[in-house]
Amino acid sequence: MEILAFYILGVGAVVTAIVTVIHRNPVASALHLILTMVFLAGIFVLLNAHFMAVIQIMVYAGAIMVLFVFVIMLLNLQGEKWPPMTWKKLLVSFIGILLVGYCVIKIPGIFKGSILPMATQVTEDFGTTKVVGRRLFTDFLLPFEVTSILLLSAIIGAVILAKMKINKG
Amino acid sequence: MVPLSHYLVLSAILFTIGMMGVIIRRNAIIIFMSIELMLNGVNLTFIAFSRFLNNIDGHIFAFMVMTVAAAEAAVGLAIIISVFRNKPTVNVDEINLMKW
Repeated sequence: MEILAFYILGVGAVVTAIVTVIHRNPVASALHLILTMVFLAGIFVLLNAHFMAVIQIMVYAGAIMVLFVFVIMLLNLQGEKWPPMTWKKLLVSFIGILLVGYCVIKIPGIFKGSILPMATQVTEDFGTTKVVGRRLFTDFLLPFEVTSILLLSAIIGAVILAKMKINKG
Repeated sequence: MVPLSHYLVLSAILFTIGMMGVIIRRNAIIIFMSIELMLNGVNLTFIAFSRFLNNIDGHIFAFMVMTVAAAEAAVGLAIIISVFRNKPTVNVDEINLMKW
């Protein structure tokens, strides 16, 4: 049952991710990326990461992708024509397919004889807001506070970039 | 019970798709979205290992990655908008003023 859910969500995530990359209309790309995020949130739920699943939908599918769609609308981007297929692109696509094939074949082999202590069963409250929050505000308090400085500098940077006067010519 | 390697293969596939997007596409916004896709693939690896090692630290890492992704999206899109005001294009091949 769990593996069926994993395959449905995983195939959905991969297909929408491919459509994101190859669709020529940026708005459709962005909407498919939102779907990828939602599928990934489902996979996080399978991994007992309930808090991260909710954050994934709120921050990624909610905030970041709204920003993307807003900018696409603001710039009024139309669907572009596909540029002709060049040798470079064919070569790159071929290398990509090889990479994926290598990962699919190699990764299961690596973890077959692994000595990592894999827990098949986790505690009842694994991944809840309470557990993650307690960890975040005790052991990881300094990184958490530094994150606020990062966000502040991002806000200031975005405002300054957006206010910049442009002198043409 | 889904084995760990399934999650790792899925995240490797997502990361590769994102990487191909960055390499093949020339639209700056699509390139940004591909970067988000790559960050998502990495997040999946963090959370899968966190689950299978029964240690919550991976969730904290994924949380930090999301924060950086949000900051990066805000600043990056602001840069794209200010470039667009200078020269109405989002094609990264045509934005070559600082290239020597």
